[in-house]
Amino acid sequence: MLDINKIRADFPILSETVYGKPLVYFDNAATTQKPRQVVEKIEEGYYKRNANIHRGVHFLSQEATEAHEQAREEVRAFINANSTSEILFTRGATEAINLVASSFGDLLQAGDEIILTQMEHHSNIVPWQMLRTRKGVILKVIPFNEKGELKLEELDNLITAKTKLIACTQVSNALGTINPIKEIIQKAHAQNILVLVDGAQSVPHIKIDVRDLDADFFVFSAHKIYGPTGIGVLYGKEALLDKMPPYQGGGEMIDKVTFDLTTYAALPFKFEAGTPDFIGSTALAEALRYVNNIGIENIAAHEHELLVYATEQLKQFENIRFIGEAKNKSGVISFLIADIHPYDLGSILDKMGIAVRTGNHCAQPVMAAFGIEGTVRASFALYNTKEEIDIFVAGVARAKKMFKQ
Amino acid sequence: MTIDEKQDEIIAEFEFLDDWLDKYQQIIDKGMSSPGIDPKYKTPENLIEGCQSKVWVIAEMVDGKVIYQGESNTDIAGGIAAMLVEVLSGHTPQEILDTDLYFIDRIGLKEHLSPTRANGMLAMMKQMKLFALAFKSKE
Repeated sequence: MLDINKIRADFPILSETVYGKPLVYFDNAATTQKPRQVVEKIEEGYYKRNANIHRGVHFLSQEATEAHEQAREEVRAFINANSTSEILFTRGATEAINLVASSFGDLLQAGDEIILTQMEHHSNIVPWQMLRTRKGVILKVIPFNEKGELKLEELDNLITAKTKLIACTQVSNALGTINPIKEIIQKAHAQNILVLVDGAQSVPHIKIDVRDLDADFFVFSAHKIYGPTGIGVLYGKEALLDKMPPYQGGGEMIDKVTFDLTTYAALPFKFEAGTPDFIGSTALAEALRYVNNIGIENIAAHEHELLVYATEQLKQFENIRFIGEAKNKSGVISFLIADIHPYDLGSILDKMGIAVRTGNHCAQPVMAAFGIEGTVRASFALYNTKEEIDIFVAGVARAKKMFKQ
Repeated sequence: MTIDEKQDEIIAEFEFLDDWLDKYQQIIDKGMSSPGIDPKYKTPENLIEGCQSKVWVIAEMVDGKVIYQGESNTDIAGGIAAMLVEVLSGHTPQEILDTDLYFIDRIGLKEHLSPTRANGMLAMMKQMKLFALAFKSKE
């Protein structure tokens, strides 16, 4: 059982009021709030340990380097990667996917095939389309059914001798569907196909073990797991990363530089050009520590309770339509109610202090599949409560009356 | 009524609505009771860019006055379109171009003038003034 009051006290923003009403923050799939421990880590970094890392001889530089590399080790441990050489810091999940599409993509030929799913976030679609333009790879899509569950039986039809990679989300940000990633990876590996897992929405809610999954690539963003914006992680198996050419060039990722020839640094630095976010990395590590102290299984259980409760409460509205009704779901409820446009409902809920997201959630193919423009999405985190859900449901009821539905 | 008289009338309607929800109810009601737009005009050409909702606005000249029609697929943007149509319709292009739309600030919707706001109020106002400018240049 989570001590919710103690947890909420760690998040100063939860005491904010919005239009005079207490904030009910249900937009966690977009970004999470930060505990004071994470913010204080950033403050501590800039006040006590701010110096460029890796090349400095002086005390502050060494302190900063140690803290940054210690953060890398904590990320490794959090996802149970084999080595810190396999943990690359990026700006976020989107940049991580772009890195793979660009760098791993360089190794592909025209006619090679990549399989995506119909429920991917645009960040796991567009980089591959850009690769298609650049290299002539072929993209295929695993469809989902009316409940928003992947039709895995289609995967066999999509795989050919030319399939090189499957890029798949572990949890859909629009539908909440949890995909059977381990099963997908096993199927892929049996045919020498690699798998990139988009963990942006799974890392906050599910225990991740990249070795147990046997994922080839795994990406996530700090800001979705109570960490700062601007930093994220790409995990890649060392043998793979070794084969891939660098992504961005510049300082830090080199060994020797002459105008005739430049050689590159070893992993992970080969893929980290320029000064890294060495303050953000320590804040990310602090966020992971915060989650570990509470226990991700405890967080998952609490969020599951909220999801079940909110779904039950919303079912009282006879003209509610849930978008995404997979048997296994995580943290997200997308819905439409009566004929109310999501933008209208979201605007009214906003004036009640309730923050939800409206629109296509960067998943236009998902909306097209359901024949809709968008949904209202409520997404939960470890600090949300049943009382907040009650306020939210009452808000939806009131909004319905305002729109005469 | 002059444009400013119509603006003052709307300001009076909103005067005693302190609560944001009451203001929005008023906006929603206006949208729901407005005549909207002839369905044949709900084409991509008449869509206003820059809205999370779909907003259609057209304008025509009748006896030297600009007559607007506007509609949205969302009730809030529809209400805002209805108010702009109510205030500006039936006036000469010059009167419309000279107008300062002060009622928006006075009823508390100034935040909606920010270009980053998704309801497209700024875009609607711009389009309606552009129509007036086009008609004026034909005079």
